[in-house]
Amino acid sequence: MQKLLLLGDEAIAQGAIDAGLSGIYAYPGTPSTEITEYVMHSKEAKTGKVVASWGANEKTAMEAGLGMSYAGKRAMVCMKHVGLNVAADAFVNSAITGANGGLIVVAADDPSMHSSQNEQDSRFYGKFALIPILEPGNQQEAYDMVHYGFELSEKYRIPVMMRITTRLAHSRSGVARKEVREQNEIRLPENLKQFILLPANARRQYKSLLNSQTSYILESEKSPFNVMIDNPDKKLGIIACGLAYNYLIENFENHDVPHPVLRIGQYPLPEKQIRELYDSCDSLLILEDGYPLVEELIRGFMDNGKPIKGRLDGTIPRDGELNPNIIARALGLEDLHGRAIPAIVSSRPPSLCKGCPHIYSYNALNEALLTVGRGRVFSDIGCYTLGALEPFDAINSCVDMGASITMAKGAADAGLVPAIAVIGDSTFTHSGMTGLLDAVVAKSPITVMILDNATTAMTGGQDSAALGKIEDICEALGVAKDHIRVLNPLQKHHEENLAVMQEEIAYNGVSVIIPRRECIQTITRRMREAKKQQLIEKSEA
Amino acid sequence: MKKDIILAGVGGQGILSIAATIGTAALSKGLYLKQAEVHGMSQRGGDVQSNLRISDREIASDLIPMGKADMIISVEPMESLRYLPMLSSGGWLITNTKPFINIKNYPEMDKIMAEIEALPRHIALDADEIARQMGSPKSANMVILGAASPFLDIEYESLQEAIRSIFRKKGDEVVQVNLDALEAGRNLAMSKMN
Repeated sequence: MQKLLLLGDEAIAQGAIDAGLSGIYAYPGTPSTEITEYVMHSKEAKTGKVVASWGANEKTAMEAGLGMSYAGKRAMVCMKHVGLNVAADAFVNSAITGANGGLIVVAADDPSMHSSQNEQDSRFYGKFALIPILEPGNQQEAYDMVHYGFELSEKYRIPVMMRITTRLAHSRSGVARKEVREQNEIRLPENLKQFILLPANARRQYKSLLNSQTSYILESEKSPFNVMIDNPDKKLGIIACGLAYNYLIENFENHDVPHPVLRIGQYPLPEKQIRELYDSCDSLLILEDGYPLVEELIRGFMDNGKPIKGRLDGTIPRDGELNPNIIARALGLEDLHGRAIPAIVSSRPPSLCKGCPHIYSYNALNEALLTVGRGRVFSDIGCYTLGALEPFDAINSCVDMGASITMAKGAADAGLVPAIAVIGDSTFTHSGMTGLLDAVVAKSPITVMILDNATTAMTGGQDSAALGKIEDICEALGVAKDHIRVLNPLQKHHEENLAVMQEEIAYNGVSVIIPRRECIQTITRRMREAKKQQLIEKSEA
Repeated sequence: MKKDIILAGVGGQGILSIAATIGTAALSKGLYLKQAEVHGMSQRGGDVQSNLRISDREIASDLIPMGKADMIISVEPMESLRYLPMLSSGGWLITNTKPFINIKNYPEMDKIMAEIEALPRHIALDADEIARQMGSPKSANMVILGAASPFLDIEYESLQEAIRSIFRKKGDEVVQVNLDALEAGRNLAMSKMN
């Protein structure tokens, strides 16, 4: 069969479909979004009636995945690294309940923060939850590891984490498919108490998880994804995790590294091979994208063994994504550079699209706040975070999904009145609703602007769970009906919109303003598709 | 055979259609390929690039090492300069000269052109103007690809075939427009080299 040209994300999705997936659950987040989108658009998945859906947030997605696993079918849950913070309660406890049908949790990390607020390393979450972790080194492995991961998950009845990074998620290469597996039939857990984490059960389940650790290590030791490559120059041994191996061999003619290399693609770490490498070499170099997880483990607190090089001793920079040049420098090889970037080249930050409804909303908000003063606008995660940049300079915070409303409440509690929250429609249903309830209960004098563009725009226009529900939700949470104001964010309505903003900012209680106009990207796409459909119908007629 | 290519432009300019055409042609020749793209926030009018690697042997890194790119193909002149540290000493820079100005401090065009012309191996052309003259302003990307085609080590016919297969669904007219744009870019590059 001809190889498919797939992004790492797409390879995971195709792998899951071919490995007998029954359901995929996610909340969009760069760089993980394309996994679920691929399944949503797959004809094979449609034929197989694979459920592919966006949850309100990563936690609801994780729980739905666990529910499908409970019923005996294979499930995948996908999120970006910070999404795992949201799903953490369900994720960590899913290791205690264990799985029934195969369950893979994909966490897509973003070292160098291409589209994120931090570069946290999800391997720590996998280790924390005491479950096996798979870390593919290329697109083919990403595909293969899904098959392997579901088998591992079903063998030990345990969720398996798959950790990828932006570079693999968004890089394309040829992928060969395997034989397609049937989906599982519904099959309840043998022990119907397995998923009841009452303390008495949870203690038993936890002990069983602890007892399984030895087996997980043994699995890692015989894993096809942990490979020892022996080479003669034993002054240095190298441990290369995931993509780091590619950057390493890129530096050598014919990809021949003179030193012994242990390639890591599965955790917990294979103790046998690590010891073998350590014992046979004079020093070790640890190459891993993300935090120095492996390096810290091998150094230990006392750090009194052989010399270990990596991120902690400065051989590799402490932060940021790896690349071939960083590794060349670490090995003392030639670190080539072309000409310098000419001084005239200016930076070109991302910006709101021409015609974006947020442009109007920010211009009006800035004007409404002229008399009140600056420094009072708490915002959130989405395209509208670009309101922090010129020419708007309109917001003062962006921390985590939903934090706009609750930070505004806290600041109002401190006496910063008025305090404004600016949040998108999808972010509001992700994590903003509970915060709004807090504000209503406390009767906080805050104004919440819910910028409703009817989509999850930043990640490419996925359906928003908030569609058509925002006023009802706000009212049900206790916001007074006459303080829920819907605006049409267009310049021609400027005077009336400005008046509404000023009124609600002055109001001494919780008010909600909803500037509502569809995202310019999704509306353009819809019109293009409608036109295409018309053409098809015309040619058929 | 090995070609390491940096594709450069501004989010929304469609550099990925160039990558897709080269990629399809390379795959049809049984070559290995890796192509790292930028998704997410930068796509909103920020600077974007793609690392496209083609080889007859297995490729290790998704990222091209600095100073080792064989060519930079850019659909925007200032963006072509942003990746000069990636370009090898014998590498080619092929760029559009039509600026995309969405920032306040965009440099003066003659300064950009001076930097481009200081490079020993470069092809600079106003692909937008060429595409417009041909009556198909949307095919500027294919003009650029055509200008890059003499340096790709991929047979020209394979690129034409790739365009046919990619644009087939959009009808014969669209296929032809893109083939013509490819040809125009190629001819211009050839004439500049001679």
